[in-house]
Amino acid sequence: MKHTLLALAQERILLLDGAMGTMIQALKFDEKDYRGERFADWHCDVKGNNDLLVLTQPESIATIHKQYLAAGSDIIETNTFNATTIAMADYDMQDIAYEINVAAAQIAKAACTEYSSSDKPRFVAGVLGPTNRTASISPDVNDPGKRNVTFNELVEAYESATKGLLEGGADLIMLETIFDTLNAKAAAFAVENVFAELGHSVPVLVSGTITDASGRTLSGQTTEAFYNSMRHIQPIAFGLNCALGPDALRAYVAELANVCEVLVSAHPNAGLPNEFGEYDMDATEMAQHLEEWASSGLVNIVGGCCGSTPEHIATMAKVVADKAPRMIPEIPVKMRLSGLEPFTH
Amino acid sequence: MQSASSFINIGERTNVTGSAVFKRLILNEEYETALDVARQQVENGAQIIDINMDEAMLDSKAAMVRFLNLIASEPDISRVPIMIDSSKWEVIEAGLQCVQGKAVVNSISLKEGPEPFLHQARLLKRYGAATVVMAFDEVGQADTIDRKFEICKRSYDLLVNEVGFPPEDIIFDPNIFAVATGIEEHNNYAVDFIEATRMIRTQLPHAHVSGGLSNISFSFRGNNPVREAMHSVFLYHAIKAGMDMAIVNAGQLEVYDEIPQELRDAVEDVILNRHPDATDRLLELAPKYQGDGKAAKIEDLAWRDYPVNKRLEHALVKGITEYIIEDTEAARLAAEKPLHVIEGPLMDGMNVVGDLFGEGKMFLPQVVKSARVMKQAVAYLQPFIEAEKDGTTKSNGKIVMATVKGDVHDIGKNIVGVVLQCNNFEVIDLGVMVPCDKILQVARDENADMIGLSGLITPSLDEMVYVAKEMQRTGMDLPLLIGGATTSKAHTAVKIDEHYQHPTVYVSNASRAVGLCQQLLNQETRAVFADKLAKEYDTVRLQHARKKPRTAPVTLAQARDNKFTCDWEKAEIIKPRKLGVTEVSADITTLRQYIDWTPFFMTWSLAGKYPRILQDEIVGAEATQLFADANALLDRLEQEGGLVCKGVFGLFAANSVDERIVIENDASEIFTAHHLRQQTEKPKGFNYCLADYIAPADSGRTDYIGAFAVTGGIGEDELAKSFENVGDDYNSIMVKAIADRLAEAFAEYLHQQVRVDYWGYAPDESLDNDSLIREQYQGIRPAPGYAACPEHTEKQLIWDLLQVEARIGMQLTSSYAMWPGASVSGWYFAHPDARYFAIAQIQGDQAQAYAEAKGWSEREMEQWLAPNL
Repeated sequence: MKHTLLALAQERILLLDGAMGTMIQALKFDEKDYRGERFADWHCDVKGNNDLLVLTQPESIATIHKQYLAAGSDIIETNTFNATTIAMADYDMQDIAYEINVAAAQIAKAACTEYSSSDKPRFVAGVLGPTNRTASISPDVNDPGKRNVTFNELVEAYESATKGLLEGGADLIMLETIFDTLNAKAAAFAVENVFAELGHSVPVLVSGTITDASGRTLSGQTTEAFYNSMRHIQPIAFGLNCALGPDALRAYVAELANVCEVLVSAHPNAGLPNEFGEYDMDATEMAQHLEEWASSGLVNIVGGCCGSTPEHIATMAKVVADKAPRMIPEIPVKMRLSGLEPFTH
Repeated sequence: MQSASSFINIGERTNVTGSAVFKRLILNEEYETALDVARQQVENGAQIIDINMDEAMLDSKAAMVRFLNLIASEPDISRVPIMIDSSKWEVIEAGLQCVQGKAVVNSISLKEGPEPFLHQARLLKRYGAATVVMAFDEVGQADTIDRKFEICKRSYDLLVNEVGFPPEDIIFDPNIFAVATGIEEHNNYAVDFIEATRMIRTQLPHAHVSGGLSNISFSFRGNNPVREAMHSVFLYHAIKAGMDMAIVNAGQLEVYDEIPQELRDAVEDVILNRHPDATDRLLELAPKYQGDGKAAKIEDLAWRDYPVNKRLEHALVKGITEYIIEDTEAARLAAEKPLHVIEGPLMDGMNVVGDLFGEGKMFLPQVVKSARVMKQAVAYLQPFIEAEKDGTTKSNGKIVMATVKGDVHDIGKNIVGVVLQCNNFEVIDLGVMVPCDKILQVARDENADMIGLSGLITPSLDEMVYVAKEMQRTGMDLPLLIGGATTSKAHTAVKIDEHYQHPTVYVSNASRAVGLCQQLLNQETRAVFADKLAKEYDTVRLQHARKKPRTAPVTLAQARDNKFTCDWEKAEIIKPRKLGVTEVSADITTLRQYIDWTPFFMTWSLAGKYPRILQDEIVGAEATQLFADANALLDRLEQEGGLVCKGVFGLFAANSVDERIVIENDASEIFTAHHLRQQTEKPKGFNYCLADYIAPADSGRTDYIGAFAVTGGIGEDELAKSFENVGDDYNSIMVKAIADRLAEAFAEYLHQQVRVDYWGYAPDESLDNDSLIREQYQGIRPAPGYAACPEHTEKQLIWDLLQVEARIGMQLTSSYAMWPGASVSGWYFAHPDARYFAIAQIQGDQAQAYAEAKGWSEREMEQWLAPNL
């Protein structure tokens, strides 16, 4: 798998899919739709639990995957952004988190199989989201030393999710929308534990989130510091996604492209939310940005995050089709440490 | 610059085994002060900080976790990588689980044999850490060159070949032992270390060498000058051999070249083992250099020793008023004329502030504090300048600023004013609700260079268009600056700029104001700037024109067919416990508990959600200070008064008819509220209108509605003025920002009282402030002028229903802005399904019907419905 993906990535720029949440939102499901038959009597509201839909509305999720595959995505992401026991606890559904991961991977895998061909194989990236807790930020202003989740709790949750994704047939594992690097380090630790336990591994993709114009993650790291913190997992691709539109994200993708020893991925939002919370950047404008990134040799894998649709991906696919993928630069062997800032020696 | 051989200082003071001070702090749980020790090290140049909690009296693991978690909240410390130092593996592992950066572990070794070593190394790789490896094996610590290298080589091979550990992440510590102990076998220890280092660096690719420096001079405890000389000499030679890191006290290293020749030679003999009697000779010499080392500097007040100009700069940058009069006086005595103090050092200092602000290194509240310092200095100099009477200061330019007619909001305008003044612009602030002709008149009379308009409510946008038209008509050519919460680049480009042929510039925030004004005032840059601006606006206009409606429009009839409804026969309608109008007041002690702080920080251009913003890496320190200042002012207001919060609300019988709500007061008078209905296609939802939440007249049931008006700002203008008069713009702006928050808090508080008590439809509700902010209660309180009921004139109805002005003195302006500025008014709907929504765009048919119902002319319709047409 790693071999195939790397070989493809040498030939051309690969495409991820676009937003899942945006597509689900457009379906306007109500509480009843979310519950389906199985959870009709669930004791709390579940509307908004998008990941649950792989169990209650599997056809709709499959359709969204297929729309992206038809638009040209090489890699599609499972609908498991919140499917850890930790995040699912919001709906008291921690006990079915594993099942959701399995089902989500199966749905994505089936869609990929339908669209795969020998000259355009398709891949399922099993998504491990950031959870709704932060391991390096205190929830209590008066006690900066306090934490509401520990590394080991995160490892346990991520191990279970990873196993579910692999059982369901995920070809890759993707840690994405990382806003607290310590959470992601726990995820990486869990993934390696699972690989060791199963005796085989799949390629890993890592994608962080720069939360605002300060150019840092929510937990305060610069792009390069974040890269230094996560490169030990030896991912096949390292990238940035979410929070910013392509215009604002470019500088950080460029920073990453400079230091990254592996493939660089980017899936920005379709602009920033407007006053109605909608993403305005249309497919053409977004594609123009990504076309420029491709021409400047910054990226190997592109796609979209919040607000992007199959139309965005299809337009993107057209403009990067004839662009050469980024060449991986020669990076000297150095000890690359980090705090909030990188320290290379 | 950073060559492979560049040398790394690892801070050693946060180590309980090496620092008695740090140990005492940790044992006494004085973590705050312990953090200062870490911070000082980073400030002193430590590139990595070593943290060690190995102490018998301590729960080392808990202390390590606690300290690392605290460090994570201190960006000025956690910017550097951490070295987790312990002889206990469980402490190391617990530490690794707390750091998001890539850390270094100190240390692992072959002491217990290869198995635990390999196990630990595999885990380190999985945690993503570099590691120090001690030259230690089953036999013991390596002392000779051969043993040192042999153990390092064996460790390296195991790590690289068996574990796949990255060789660049291995740091060998080949053991620094004390020399000059009087025991002959120890004499060559330094040489052994240096030579082993040379072998490691040449034969084990990419690996590093480090060591704990203080061991070497152990026998000269108490004689710091000699110890420091030994450290410097040892490092000098070890670095040449390839040592590239060391644990040192970065603040205490003598420069090799500055060691007295006599001492340096003696030390060098000891380190390099050049004479059998080297130790004796150094012992003989040592007492001569005995002393208490270099005196530690007291950091805090060191700036008081700077030359006076530097002191002024420091006070301005740091916002310190304590010494400003004293320093200004000193500068005045040194200057030829008092004016020169302003034009010279004070302006230089403010320029530094301006630069730092421009670069994002200072934040708005700090700049406002700088301005406070500046104002006090200028106020002190004023009488001296008057006495000389030699003309006026040369300003950068003169700007007339005003909040436009019909609008009373001025926090943003005041901030821009202060920032411009800091940058030596002369600001003529006409205040709020200023009619167009007055603005233009003053601009002409004062020979101003620019006009700046501000506004917060939507009707102000039209007033700005009017001002632009008038400037054009009267042949003015001054640049026009536009700012305020509802203004935007799109509106400026599409609606304002087209009416005025000279530069009309949208100013997105205070930090942009200075740069813009400077460009506009220089004739050369102004032309270039205007050109660029015109092109930018063309693009914006083009984009705006191309914007297709996101969803298709529907007719009013279609929208009504898709209205929200419920089974009105069965719907539970709760009659308010108390119908009619009630006046209320609330004290600050109560209201401050209901404050939603996030918007407060936004007022000061600090982005982030409360309480997280207090920990924010970039603005956290400033936000915390601002928060403390706000609470200090609240404390003072609580005790001394100065701000009065008053409100009035009413609960009435009501029924709906299409988009209208017919309200009957307790005197049986009938009032009609007019609402708008969403008019775009809603395939899966409703075309909402607030009237739908009230039972229709034909349902045969009596429903109820509430209305309210509250203010947190009676006295705000006077109070703000009193601060302004003593040159304290910071608190002047703070008063208004707080009054705004109190008004919002009052609205929140009163709504809760109404739900639970006065109306009583949710008597058992029990929510904390966070849940209130997240609106987790039944019912809504939409405010006229905002999304669900965007038409401003409807506020008049609330005023009539509740006799607001007569009862509590709140007023409406000609544009239906509320006075005092810190006010909120709106409707209460109790329906369990009631939610907020945005009317967005409506169509001509509804606009006509609405105008007819309100008895408006065509022109009035266009004026008041413009934002939704």
